[in-house]
Amino acid sequence: MFDDFFSRAIIAGVGLAIIAGPLGCFVVWQRLAYFGDTMAHSALLGVALSIAFEINILIGVFSVCFLIALVVGRIGEQSMLSGDSTLGVLSHSSLAIGLVLVSLMYWVRVDVLHYLFGNILAVNWNEILMIYSGGALILFVLVLKWSNLICLTVNEQIATAENKRPTNARFIMMVLLAAIVAFALKIVGIILTVSLLIIPAAAARQFAKTPEQMAVLAALFGVIAVIFGLMLSIEIDTPPGPSIVMSAAGIFIAGVITTRIVRKRQRRTNQVV
Amino acid sequence: MDSMLAGLQSASVIRNGRWLIRDIDLSIRRGEIVSLIGPNGSGKTTVVKVLSGSITPDSGSVLKSNGIRIGYVPQRIAIDSTLPMTVRRLMNINEKFQTIEVEEALDEMNILKLADQPVQELSGGEFQRALFARALLRKPDLLLLDEPSQGLDFKGEIKLYNQIVDIRDRLNCGVLLACHNLHMVMAQTDTVICINCHICCVGTPMHVVNNKSFEELFGSEAARSHALYQHHHDHNHLPDGSIISEQ
Repeated sequence: MFDDFFSRAIIAGVGLAIIAGPLGCFVVWQRLAYFGDTMAHSALLGVALSIAFEINILIGVFSVCFLIALVVGRIGEQSMLSGDSTLGVLSHSSLAIGLVLVSLMYWVRVDVLHYLFGNILAVNWNEILMIYSGGALILFVLVLKWSNLICLTVNEQIATAENKRPTNARFIMMVLLAAIVAFALKIVGIILTVSLLIIPAAAARQFAKTPEQMAVLAALFGVIAVIFGLMLSIEIDTPPGPSIVMSAAGIFIAGVITTRIVRKRQRRTNQVV
Repeated sequence: MDSMLAGLQSASVIRNGRWLIRDIDLSIRRGEIVSLIGPNGSGKTTVVKVLSGSITPDSGSVLKSNGIRIGYVPQRIAIDSTLPMTVRRLMNINEKFQTIEVEEALDEMNILKLADQPVQELSGGEFQRALFARALLRKPDLLLLDEPSQGLDFKGEIKLYNQIVDIRDRLNCGVLLACHNLHMVMAQTDTVICINCHICCVGTPMHVVNNKSFEELFGSEAARSHALYQHHHDHNHLPDGSIISEQ
């Protein structure tokens, strides 16, 4: 009964959302949205190189994303350009090079659209296994390094003074981000990967009082968005990736409206008292 | 004990062709309060950052005794508004302390009632005290304070200085206190280092008990906890901090 494409899509999507939630929080906290976008865009270059050298796409994409992260770090230290311009140059040029390379490879037919927007309904058990084992590893590292990552987020100088090795923590963050981009590629695609990281986390921010609450809520919102989005896409025959992201956006907007109303009520009761 | 906790040996930092600090020698012993004074841009924060490990000196060396625990209160930091963080949670970001310990530290800094507030809603002075409470909870061997009195009014400043002395006595830690107020240095300071890129002078502060105008202005309590550090500069600086030799 579980072996239909819809169940596989839900299982894969839920797994991805659980990892994307906490990682997305760090993307939001450390203002890495554009950085994540750059990594995601470079994924297509990873796809092209993987096909050319006949290596596993997951590994190829991960390696390219990670290399791009290193390059960003290096250029960022020495560049005259602002951070976002550097990222813009890398982001779009790697996407363009990826597209050109893919089109040059006449001996394989690569459906670029699948990589741009994902194809969650075509996910197979092998890929699900990869997402869950890789995801477990990502979550394990996150939990293990949690206090280092939080210290780095709060203040790098304090983290250094208290021996929490922020440079190390930042490196781990890059590896984890590269990994999630590789995993998300097949599911929501290059264009929507960052949204799966950011939107649930942004929605969770409105309700959370501590970093841990935000991470758990972000995972929860992501799971809801995946399930709701996939049901929507089956029901009214819309593309699954965008439907998932749209559902996440719906949760975010609902969150904004609720917190506004609650705050207004509080203000009113405060005035009465 | 009189053991050396940390120090710098002719440490220099150059950024963009400019000396931020040049040939700084200093040492902090257990139980000693060292005040680092100097005008804005004189390199006080750089010295603190070199000692805390954020900046590696371009020449010279940093000495630290093995396994030293540092409590660091940086100058003017902000926590990103995207990060949900209560004062209570901020206390535990590195290691987990017991609730009683946390509340004692917050109470000592007079911010216990703010324990469950988001840190972003604190005022500058309250946030500074929260960071101070954090540093204390660690029971540090060395306390690095970069302009800890900013955002405090005069009374708050005096109270803070008394607390620093108190903490030193209780924890028997070394304290490095960077402070831009050239004229007002705590009487309890053991060593005052005046820097302007390089070290201008080092000495002990003098009491101002007999200074009537100071007492009238700030009250006798203030006079007892503050002293004028009298120092005369016997040289002038070029913009890069080097000394103009008199001819």
